[in-house]
This record gives sequence, structure tokens and C-alpha cells, in this order.
Amino acid sequence: MSGSNQISRRDFIKVTTGIIGGIIGIGVGVPAVGYLLQPAFRKNTAEAWIPIGKLDSFPVGVPTPFSFTRTKINGWEKTATSYGGYVLRKSEDPQDMLILSSRCTHLSCRVNWNPDAKVYTCPCHDAKFSEEGAVLAGPPPRPLDRFTQFKVDEESNLLIFFSEKQQGG
Amino acid sequence: MWQKIYLWIDERLGLEAMYKAVLDRPEPKGNWWNTLGSASLFLFILQGATGIFLTVYYTPSPDHAYDSIQYIMNGVAFGWLIRGIHHWGATLMVLVVFIHMLRVFVTASFKYPRELTWLIGVGLLLATLGMGFTGYLLPWNQRAYWATTVATQIGGSVPFIGKYILQALRGGPDLSALTLSRFFSAHIWMIPAVLAGLIGVHLYLIIRHGESHFPDKED
Repeated sequence: MSGSNQISRRDFIKVTTGIIGGIIGIGVGVPAVGYLLQPAFRKNTAEAWIPIGKLDSFPVGVPTPFSFTRTKINGWEKTATSYGGYVLRKSEDPQDMLILSSRCTHLSCRVNWNPDAKVYTCPCHDAKFSEEGAVLAGPPPRPLDRFTQFKVDEESNLLIFFSEKQQGG
Repeated sequence: MWQKIYLWIDERLGLEAMYKAVLDRPEPKGNWWNTLGSASLFLFILQGATGIFLTVYYTPSPDHAYDSIQYIMNGVAFGWLIRGIHHWGATLMVLVVFIHMLRVFVTASFKYPRELTWLIGVGLLLATLGMGFTGYLLPWNQRAYWATTVATQIGGSVPFIGKYILQALRGGPDLSALTLSRFFSAHIWMIPAVLAGLIGVHLYLIIRHGESHFPDKED
């Protein structure tokens, strides 16, 4: 009954089982690999332009504080972290300003501008920083971090470019 | 070359003999109803595989269980597929195992010398239902919460020892984080271990005795 070209019933079943099994295996296996490895290819969205206020609200010559909050989402967990800094406009030119982070480079306490002594002081270990952010006294290992990228949009809002790296995590 | 490697391995593992005993064993006249056991085994493996993948993201705590599943469904690549297979596979497995039992009953395949196969099969059915019961709570949504409240109360209605059964199931007098974590433990470790062990014996017995033929007028 079975010629040389004909496939036997047994072999047909074997081949069919193999093919269907393979399809199911690939159908579950490939998505499973994507499911496991997707976090590796997820884009880091921590960087953004943050509006910190109208340009007019920052007077020339006086370090003026600002603050903002960034929300990070890891999976289903949200973490809100607040950041702050000081804007020092050196002249009316919107490009001529120094924006410092108020996070102390020692242990991340928040430094305050002392207008009488004209220094930033850290409440934790009495560190002092100059108007330019340089370390004057105390334990900090490096000057205050700067927001080097900033811009003023058409509605005269001041925006700073925020990235986690700059803020030391 | 490959032939040589195969022969070397076969000589030590006895693959040929294993293949003959497991997959090439003689059968009575083929019948689709005889495939339900294999279908149950397939579903068990599928549930095991998808379940293992779900534990990558699922978190068995009241604070995170619901959110982590929402994340699997909406935030993870193919999370909806992995969970969907696990969800529907669970229902299908209970169904297939149950029909498998009905088939064995109707064809009287539980008789000598297969009584033990049947008894172990009963254990497998109960373990499968146990998987369904414990897995139902894990999404930690309203339905899961109240279904488990009611089901554990049913356990609590047993005379005299009901109170102890209820507290053993819940890990305390109330449905709480303790309930969730012990249901999770039962769902991914204890019951699967029992299932895997019983499946091993069940399969051994089937291979040992072969499948029964369907009864005819002579029987």
C-alpha cells in the first residue's frame, strides 16, 4: 500500500507533532525572551528640560533659590525626589548667569545662601561655598554642581536641563 | 560524526530504550479520548513555564501584588501573553484533568492492575484544584479577596476543627499579608512539588501497565 514516496502514518504523526510542538515552543519562547530582556532596552527618561520660573523673578546680582520635583517610576513604584538650586544673574543678559545646585557635595544636605556673609552654608557640617560654588571651608570634596545647560523660551521662562548624572543620582 | 556522538550518549543514557518505553509503547486502537492525560501533562508544563516567568515581576505582598500584575499586563513586553496563557491555561487544565478522570471512569480503566494509577490520579486532581484555589488569590483584586474569604470560611465550617482549619489556611484569623504569602508559597512550591512527584509515579505506572483497551460487549 505504501509506496516509496509515501510517508507512513507513523512518520506523518511524528513530523506533525514536531512541527506543532515547534510552533508552540517558538510562540511561547520568543515572547518569554522579550519579557525577560525588555528592561535592558528600556530608554532612560530621566533627562528633561525643567521650567524653574519667569526670568523676571530672578533679580540680577542676588542668588535666588528655586526648587522642583522629579518623579521616577520604576515598574509600579513612583519615587518623588525634590531638587533645588540658586540662580545668580550676573547681568541683564539672559545668557549671563550661574545656576548652582543646592545639594552639598559632601553628604547631599541642602545649602543656604547667607546674604550677609555672601557664602552658601551647609547646615550639616558647616561647609562654606563661595558665590561661584567653590569650597571655602569644611569637608566637601568638590565645588557645588552646576546646571550648565539652560535657556529662556519665548514666554521668558527660564528652563534648565536636568539629567541624573549631573545631580549625582 | 553526529552519529558517533549520539551512539556514545545513547550507550550511557539508554535513550533508545527510553524512547521505546515512553513514546513507542504499544497502544490499543488509538482514540482521541486517550490523549487527555498527555494534554494534562502538556498543560502542567505550560503552567509551570509561564508561572516561572510570572514570578520575575509578581510580588506577593498586599502593597504590591495588584500593582505588579497591572505592570505585567501593561508595562512589560508580552506580559499580557504570559499571564493570559497562565490564566486561561489554569481553567483549561482543571477542565482537561476532570474530563480525563471522567474518561477513565467511563472506560473502567481504573480496574486491576491500575487501581494505584487511579488513586494517584485522584491526588493529581485534588492538587490541580489546590493550584486553582491558591492561584485565585494572587491577583489580590476584589474578586480574589472575597472568593478566598468565602472559600476559607467554607473550610471553617467543619465541625469542631473548623476554627483551626480556617486559621491554618489564612495564617491567622483574618485574610491578610500572611494569607497571601502562604498561598503564594503553596502555589509555587508546595503543590507543584506534590504534583510533579505524583505525575512521575502516574507516568511510571502507565508505562508499566500500558493503556487499557476500551471495554466491548465481551467485557
